[in-house]
Amino acid sequence: MSVELGKEMEPMPLDEMKEEEKSVEVASQWKLMWWKFRKHKLALISAPILLMLFIIIVFAEFLSPHLPLERFTDYKYAPPTKIHFVDAEGNFSFRPFVYGMTQEIDSETFQRTFVEDTSQKYPIHFFVEGKPYKMWGLFEMKTHFIGVKDAGAPFFLTGTDSLGRDLLSRTFYGSRISISFALIGIVFTVIFGLILGGISGYFGGAVDTVIQRLIDLLLCIPAIPLWMALAAALPQSWSPLKIYFGMVLIFSIVGWTGLARVVRGKLLSLREEDFTMAARLAGASNMRIISKHLLPSFASYIIINVTISIPVTILGETSLSFLGLGLQSPVVSWGVLLQEAQKLENLAHHPWLLWPAVFIVVTVLMFNFIGDGLRDAADPYK
Amino acid sequence: MIHYIGHRLLQLIPLLIAISIIAFVIIQLPPGDYLTTYINQLELSGTKVSESAIVALERQYGLDKPMYQQYFIWMKNILLHGDFGRSFSWNEPVSKVIGERLVLTMVISIFTLIVTWLIAIPIGIYSAVRQYSVLDYIFSFIGFIGLAVPNFLIALVIVYFVFDTTGIAITGLFSPEYADAPWSFAKVLDLLQRIWVPVLIIATAGTAGLIRTMRGMLLDELSKQYVVTARAKGVAEKKLLFKYPVRVAVNPLISTIGWTLPTIISGEAIVSIVLNLPTTGPVLLDAFRTQDMYLAGSFILILSILTVIGTLLSDILLAWVDPRIRFGGVEE
Amino acid sequence: MEENTQTVHAPDTKEDDQTILEIHDLKTYFHLDEGILKAVDGVDLTIKRGKTLGIVGESGSGKSVATKSILQIVDPPGKVEGEIKLKRSRKGKEEWIDIGKLNPTGEKIRDIRGAEISMIFQEPMKAFSSIHTIGNQITEAILIHSEVDQEEAKRIAIDFLIKVGMSNPEQRFDQYPHELSGGMRQRAMIAMALCCNPAILIADEPTTALDVTVQAQVLDLINHLKETLDTSVIFITHDLGVIAEMSDEVAVMYLGKVIEYTDVETLFYGALHPYTQALLKSIPSVAHTKGELDSIKGTVPIPMNLPKGCGFYSRCKYAVNGVCNVDDIPFTKVNDNHYVRCVRLDEIENRG
Repeated sequence: MSVELGKEMEPMPLDEMKEEEKSVEVASQWKLMWWKFRKHKLALISAPILLMLFIIIVFAEFLSPHLPLERFTDYKYAPPTKIHFVDAEGNFSFRPFVYGMTQEIDSETFQRTFVEDTSQKYPIHFFVEGKPYKMWGLFEMKTHFIGVKDAGAPFFLTGTDSLGRDLLSRTFYGSRISISFALIGIVFTVIFGLILGGISGYFGGAVDTVIQRLIDLLLCIPAIPLWMALAAALPQSWSPLKIYFGMVLIFSIVGWTGLARVVRGKLLSLREEDFTMAARLAGASNMRIISKHLLPSFASYIIINVTISIPVTILGETSLSFLGLGLQSPVVSWGVLLQEAQKLENLAHHPWLLWPAVFIVVTVLMFNFIGDGLRDAADPYK
Repeated sequence: MIHYIGHRLLQLIPLLIAISIIAFVIIQLPPGDYLTTYINQLELSGTKVSESAIVALERQYGLDKPMYQQYFIWMKNILLHGDFGRSFSWNEPVSKVIGERLVLTMVISIFTLIVTWLIAIPIGIYSAVRQYSVLDYIFSFIGFIGLAVPNFLIALVIVYFVFDTTGIAITGLFSPEYADAPWSFAKVLDLLQRIWVPVLIIATAGTAGLIRTMRGMLLDELSKQYVVTARAKGVAEKKLLFKYPVRVAVNPLISTIGWTLPTIISGEAIVSIVLNLPTTGPVLLDAFRTQDMYLAGSFILILSILTVIGTLLSDILLAWVDPRIRFGGVEE
Repeated sequence: MEENTQTVHAPDTKEDDQTILEIHDLKTYFHLDEGILKAVDGVDLTIKRGKTLGIVGESGSGKSVATKSILQIVDPPGKVEGEIKLKRSRKGKEEWIDIGKLNPTGEKIRDIRGAEISMIFQEPMKAFSSIHTIGNQITEAILIHSEVDQEEAKRIAIDFLIKVGMSNPEQRFDQYPHELSGGMRQRAMIAMALCCNPAILIADEPTTALDVTVQAQVLDLINHLKETLDTSVIFITHDLGVIAEMSDEVAVMYLGKVIEYTDVETLFYGALHPYTQALLKSIPSVAHTKGELDSIKGTVPIPMNLPKGCGFYSRCKYAVNGVCNVDDIPFTKVNDNHYVRCVRLDEIENRG
């Protein structure tokens, strides 16, 4: 005798609704996600900053004032060069310039310090000719984005290291290694995670149990010691490139578990969803159900998972390289650069050695913000 | 309850076996076998190794036998004699090298866990109850930074900062006068004064994560029907908050203790290297660098087993506080 | 139409000493980023001692929010405005108290919640905390509102578990919600709501989530307890069949407003509002098995940024442009106990 009201009523005709409501009604899932993402201010700010980072990565050779292995033997552990607009006499110039630097040794502490030599003035130019390099390993080029015309002049915006190499240039080159490491690592992680999580969730049964136990196993071994163990097992005779890919694989082998869990959980719950049943009843094949219905409905989860995993990989690589167990010089990564800051005495006298850390922190923050924004956006109806 | 614990214990056995196999594989991974390295090492330091000593060692570790038998001998030595093998770089049994360092690692890890919870849970509750308040935003932002800055970097910066302003190096766990002294009450007090630096550093990342989880969980719970029911009964807001949603939200976090433990131990490993603490981290790093594999493998084995025990304890704790798990477990 | 009807704010029954709760111009607005959502928009209701008021409406009509507003337990960011006058006896004297003026988290309103007015909900599984025993949650209410000790509270709780027809009440007392069946849980919920002898029981779709056979038992139980304990009931449902069984008077809600208010007889045999009529036509009947069941076209709009005029305008077959969509529609008295919010009553009566 009872009837549920509202169940069998037809949707309200579109033309009777206001313009704005209409757009809400017909907005696709992706559009809704974008609207929601737009509301996350931090994520929105992060996007252009990350874009800048990617520009640095792509054009590292061109943007670096110097070459990463170029040694300025007169300027070991030189502090960051100050940029001036007003010279010692108080004259203002629109073109910024730097002063030369001379080394002085304290007669008591034997501490070496650099002082500006105001008699030498080097104006800063864009697109200056400098040391030749091969852009992307292909084209011979000499033009650097920014620099001073005098090749021997000190132009080290974040200082130099123990061998007198320009830290900023090295950090730029290092970002290429560190970020590409994380991105390639993520590709492998996603492949492992999708395949193993997919198998686990799709087939269930014994296969599922084995994979789940494997995940449990990997989760209960502390990650850094495990990375250390696997990294230590890489033959020392390997070339830097081989080590690089070896490390990438190690990270993926340890890191696929999170995504696999998500994929499996989603598959299991989606299998029970009404729309899957409806598709099955309508005669859709398994492949069609997976590709047309299941994959789109967790594509957003994969994207979020990836955005969250990138900073984890960056931090992992940096930590291992910092300890000297990951990538090795002459390969330049952020972690390798920070090795020099490991000794307290070094750091205390040359705090600018921490500049690569600034890049790490900003990058990881930006990825986290974007991941957070995406996570909010993935639930647009909330 | 006893049924449940028994059930969980049984589940652990295959996991423990798998861990031991992985540890054994890690020991075997580097090229060259242990004995040759050991003899080389001894001869480098000028000690002549007699034939009979080599044969004795070979027999002890079954190095002349096939791989799977070596595993069983290794396991037998551990289980029956507590013999984890020998560290050639220390020239001592592994158990002796590990002993005290492991205790200190566990002390730091447990302290870190407690500190993480003590900081994160109240802040998480505050952020959820006062969602979008100024403090909520501030905590969120600090949390993000905590997640973004790697532990070793925080350690570096703090050490640098303290050294730069006060000239004191806050490395190590003991003042110089206690470093090599035998254990005494005064030494424990000294430890308690210095342990906070590594504990707070290691806690940062975990705290940030836990605040976010607690905030999210509690926000979910706050809008649930049973909260409205309790409010409709006339329960005062504060009492209501802590009796119902907070308790429900904390329960799943208890089960994450098992997962945070490996993270904390990882963090401890790397922070202790930067801070030069007399814990497992620096020794583990050296063991890998010098390929002192019995030492390294044993570390991994023991740290993992401790983690598994931690997970078990957190599961039991969860079953104890959450009737749903308790009864679900019995039915299984 | 103009001369023989008069516009009033509320069914004015203040002199009637049977009235124990009087709600006037209740408004519950949610201030959201997208605009103001007017979940309840000017509702007047009167509850009489020992009687049941049924509130019926589709999902989104504001019926549930309206009753939550009475206890000021609306989810944030909901804001409650209006008069909610409750008659209660304190120290032998009767007094009126305006709940709408009380601080929603203050002590005064907490004294009313659970003691004077209590509430039961749609899904008892969700409405009970799953990590506390039934007994714990029932005695909590008793301990808050009366000065008895733990033991006495337990005795009262078990007494009420018996009253609601619970088997093995002593054993149930120490059980968790997930150990009980759906019907048993709802009985426990009713016991919890009644254990402090409230004057008014608000039942928010208490049988929707239950099996049909259990539904009837629970409805009978509520009716039985209402009579024995002399409790007034506000019964919310979207099920007109249940309304017929439970209510003395009925308020039909649409888009946050009461659009028709009358006794249960008149509702089923002389409803005037086009929406109520449409609702009644959509009930399947044993007598008329031929033909298609009527349905109302369209859905309830979201009560946000609504155009002026009647909320039912877009779905109403009597709607006239320039009449129905110009101004807010007044609540009109048709008979002594029959109020309708419609400006086309004459036409409807002529045709009906």
